[in-house]
Amino acid sequence: MATNLEQLYQQIILDHARERHGSGLLEKTGPGSVGESHQLNPVCGDEITLRTVVDGGTVASLSWDGAGCAISMASASVLTDLMEGLERDEAVRLIDAFREVMRSRGTIPADEEVLGDAAAFSGVSRYPARVKCAMLAWVALEESLLAANS
Amino acid sequence: MAVVSPPVTLLPAEAPLANAEVLRIRNDFPILGTEVNGRPLVYLDSGATSQNPVSVLEAEQEFYEQRNAAVHRGAHTLAVEATDAYEAARAAVAGFINARPDELVWTSNATEAINLVAYAMSNAAAGRGGAQAERFRVGPGDTIVVTEMEHHANLIPWQELAARTGAELRFLPVDDEGALRLEGATGVITPATKILAFTHASNVLGTINPVAELVRLAKEVGALTLLDACQSVPHLPVDVKALDVDFLVLSGHKMLGPTGIGALYGRSELLNAMPPFLTGGSMITTVTMERAEYLPAPNRFEAGTQRISQAIALGAAANYLSETGMHRIEAWEGELGARLVEGLTAIEGIRVLGPRAGLPRIGLAAFDVAGVHAHDVGQFLDEQGIAVRVGHHCAQPLHRRLGLTATTRASTYLYNTTDEVDFFLEAVAGVRPFFGAR
Repeated sequence: MATNLEQLYQQIILDHARERHGSGLLEKTGPGSVGESHQLNPVCGDEITLRTVVDGGTVASLSWDGAGCAISMASASVLTDLMEGLERDEAVRLIDAFREVMRSRGTIPADEEVLGDAAAFSGVSRYPARVKCAMLAWVALEESLLAANS
Repeated sequence: MAVVSPPVTLLPAEAPLANAEVLRIRNDFPILGTEVNGRPLVYLDSGATSQNPVSVLEAEQEFYEQRNAAVHRGAHTLAVEATDAYEAARAAVAGFINARPDELVWTSNATEAINLVAYAMSNAAAGRGGAQAERFRVGPGDTIVVTEMEHHANLIPWQELAARTGAELRFLPVDDEGALRLEGATGVITPATKILAFTHASNVLGTINPVAELVRLAKEVGALTLLDACQSVPHLPVDVKALDVDFLVLSGHKMLGPTGIGALYGRSELLNAMPPFLTGGSMITTVTMERAEYLPAPNRFEAGTQRISQAIALGAAANYLSETGMHRIEAWEGELGARLVEGLTAIEGIRVLGPRAGLPRIGLAAFDVAGVHAHDVGQFLDEQGIAVRVGHHCAQPLHRRLGLTATTRASTYLYNTTDEVDFFLEAVAGVRPFFGAR
């Protein structure tokens, strides 16, 4: 199989696309304020509803419901693992860092120290048509953090 | 004396296309010789847009190099030549569907052609067009009927017309396999129906709809008919008189022509009774500061400077198709379509939409791959140089009806070979293993 394809669909992405950590919206039970966001990519019909509970400035929990391609679903799964337990400001910083990589058309490699498993999505930035797939859950988190704040 | 075998072009027009001739046809299409991702391009997305033969590209270039002038105005030589070429193209495209030239209105695309009729009806509803526009008036109590398998282009203009006029939009449903359900049709197409708009061949299912039956139902209640022929005119012989429809829309870039050009066919008496949609220069006879008189069709619907080079190139495309022979193209694509469906059906985890193998379909197959999203399928195929369409193919309601959000679609044309179809099928068989789909 072509190496380009394997660079795009790294094993970690294929695994997360099947396992989907955080899939299934959780009702809020503990303390904190809830933020929710629904994102839709009209080009392909991919969509996600993401719910965040922010408690004392920390991303206490994150859950989502979505349908879409391997890139978008794996991205939501990786995002869940990465963000839970982080300070809100740190989460926002990571979203910005991820966006910068995604928009770079392959010129900015992701820093694995910072982005962890999300660095596996670096290859996506060479495919402009797929960047939106990778960003879908991250934009949903960005919006839900704002909603939880208000 | 040397015995010279006759050139292939002297074969009788009825002889079916075969791979050998298709390989020759491919030489007329420069883009088909290119590579994608280091692989020879296998273009299976003609349902979205077709490729252009050299004769079409040259027609457009020749116009700009030798005849460029505004048409239907000016008395200089270039203007006369441009007008002649432009009207000859109209005659060629009209003749291609057995219409008269004055029954063919140029539009930017098929979408605009449908909007033209919808807005003309809206203008009639607002009182424009006088007594002769009565047939086009819609309002509360009237219905507009479409089918559940329509492309958004043949749905949203009617939703909007209904919303503007107070008419009700109704639809003929499809069954679980995507075939039109006509058993309850007389309850939907009623004397309140002003227009029935439906697709000839579905861009998702590949089904060819029963035009005669639907036209009969519409005529029984005095409703107008509009046929979306975007997926039929490029691929099979279409005769507007035999089909007996009131309106038909076609798309230039899906039939070897350039983008930016399409056409509306309308019965002469209807076009001349219909109020205009776009208004302005070139569609009038007498203009005062208060009002204007309009030219007869087709010019009354062609306001402003027209898509001259595109129309001329589309004329060349129609000629190319005619010379190849539409019956032969239809037969070849029927073969390719059958090969696609049989091959796809044999692959584990593939669900093909539309008619089962063995039933008629155009050279097009949309399918779902269990456990793999259509976008990922498309990406996988692209890596091997195969171009297909992924998504909802501008038919969200149909996908929803079939319980899907996105599918992958392979669509053929006269320039595709059986080898390409086989290569594609082999690639599709590799999709689920690559993604580890269970």
